[in-house]
Amino acid sequence: MALDKSEVAKIAHLARLHVNDSEAVEVANRITDILALIDQMQSVDTDNVAPLAHPLDVVQRLRADVATATDQRQLLQQLAPASEDGLYLVPVVLE
Amino acid sequence: MIEKTVAELAAALASGDISSVELTQAYLNRINRYNPTLNAFITICDESALQQAQAADAARAKGKNINPLLGMPLAHKDIFCTAGVKTTCGSKMLHNFIAPYNATVVEKFNAAGAVMLGKTNMDEFAMGSSNETSHFGPVRNPWNTEYVPGGSSGGSAAALAADLCAMATGTDTGGSIRQPAAFTGITGLKPSYGRISRWGMIAFASSLDQAGPLAKSAEDAALMLNVMAGLDEKDSTSIDKPAEDYTATLNDSLAGLRIGIPRQHFAKGLSADVETAVRAALVEYERLGATVKEIDLPNNHLSVSAYYVVAPAEASANLSRFDGVRYGYRCADPVNLEDMYKRSRSEGFGDEVKRRILVGTYALSAGFYDAYYRKAQKIRRLIKDDFTRAFDTVDVIIGPTSPHTAFKLGAKTDPVTMYLEDIYTIAVNLAGLPGISIPAGIANGLPIGMQIVGNDFAEAKLLNVAHQFQRETDWHKRKPVALGKGA
Repeated sequence: MALDKSEVAKIAHLARLHVNDSEAVEVANRITDILALIDQMQSVDTDNVAPLAHPLDVVQRLRADVATATDQRQLLQQLAPASEDGLYLVPVVLE
Repeated sequence: MIEKTVAELAAALASGDISSVELTQAYLNRINRYNPTLNAFITICDESALQQAQAADAARAKGKNINPLLGMPLAHKDIFCTAGVKTTCGSKMLHNFIAPYNATVVEKFNAAGAVMLGKTNMDEFAMGSSNETSHFGPVRNPWNTEYVPGGSSGGSAAALAADLCAMATGTDTGGSIRQPAAFTGITGLKPSYGRISRWGMIAFASSLDQAGPLAKSAEDAALMLNVMAGLDEKDSTSIDKPAEDYTATLNDSLAGLRIGIPRQHFAKGLSADVETAVRAALVEYERLGATVKEIDLPNNHLSVSAYYVVAPAEASANLSRFDGVRYGYRCADPVNLEDMYKRSRSEGFGDEVKRRILVGTYALSAGFYDAYYRKAQKIRRLIKDDFTRAFDTVDVIIGPTSPHTAFKLGAKTDPVTMYLEDIYTIAVNLAGLPGISIPAGIANGLPIGMQIVGNDFAEAKLLNVAHQFQRETDWHKRKPVALGKGA
């Protein structure tokens, strides 16, 4: 499966990445190569094979539905590039 | 002293031959001398390391802590969160990130009284097999500084090989502990999936990631695993299975051990030097009472294909958290929210990380899920079934860790060529099995690694098999001549 520039632009948008026009062809070619590697698995018949999601086929461990985490809002918000009065600051969303 | 194993150093510390402060200072001196060349550390913790060493010496004087790792200097891969010390994951995205808490692995070493010398360099977000994708520059192989140390745990491996620390941590998603261990002549264990907590370990591919020890011997790896392993309620994939004393069976006899050698791992693409070394090791095992027979892993050749769906897909989801809002890099002067997301991520991530995010996003995009992710999970089942069948008739599987010895910096610029580096290690991650790489020879001045793979939770068996080989051979004691001995 070969990707072209417009498909790369579409995926990049989904991934919230910016791909310059100048690099788009290079990126498309690299990804096309990787998809060719991946497509080697398409030749194998797996119709009757169950997917393996967890290497040990175990089920998710559950815990009681009670709050255990302490409030660390202040500590965690110190990591933000921009915050004020307990809020994370981002560019204006609604005009 | 610095070249000694953890087991030997533990005895020296216990007898009072050396203090933790003296030992820590000796490693710090060596780091200061050789790190400018090797670039193995991103962050060096001189002050806090000496404080931890003093505390360890005090605890020993009071007889409070008898863990063999008390006062033992170690290096953590910069993927493990450390409170108060930068955790970069080798990325510009996290170049100044200071985690608000310690990873469970870090907590466990702290509780044992180990001394953290610093944080080691790595491929960005653990995506790489040469340590060349790090935002902080490549790590150089102590055996020959024109060569790569392997990746992604390249900094930990190079630091150990150059005696810049006594032990180091790593993570392995597709070979990131075993391949650098092979390239630098040390011992590296990837435990079974879920054996060690992933909490506080920055996520790459959550169904594959596993932490493990890098060490100067199998015995040291066992001592480290004793500290690292165990259930952690904070990691929902952590396995509820009692941790063992992994040193208890190190000296068991190998008489009657059944070794399988996969035909597919001794086929086209394997260098003659590596094959010769591994076959010589198998003769050594036969001398120790083991039997060797050929086995088949018929779907092994599909492992790289399936991996490059599963890993990028999971990475694209995991790395969506880096949005320039809550932590990490934010671009300058965004014009709107979308511009901020896109430019923060494009400027903060390197090329290889972006490539994998794009591949993963493509594989998970509408209409492609069945053809890619689900298909890869089915291939994953076939690969796991191959191993399960093999372990019906053998106890361990032995082969090369990597098709060849370390390659030169800049030698592999094409991503697909680089991905095929991990042809012998990736299937082990897909199957969730434990695997260890140990030194088995030297060719052209560079170490050769041999991989031993076991069934689910057979870490003790792998360490036993590795330790018995290391009792009979001295490959693990060989040192890079380029660097010279002593501090």
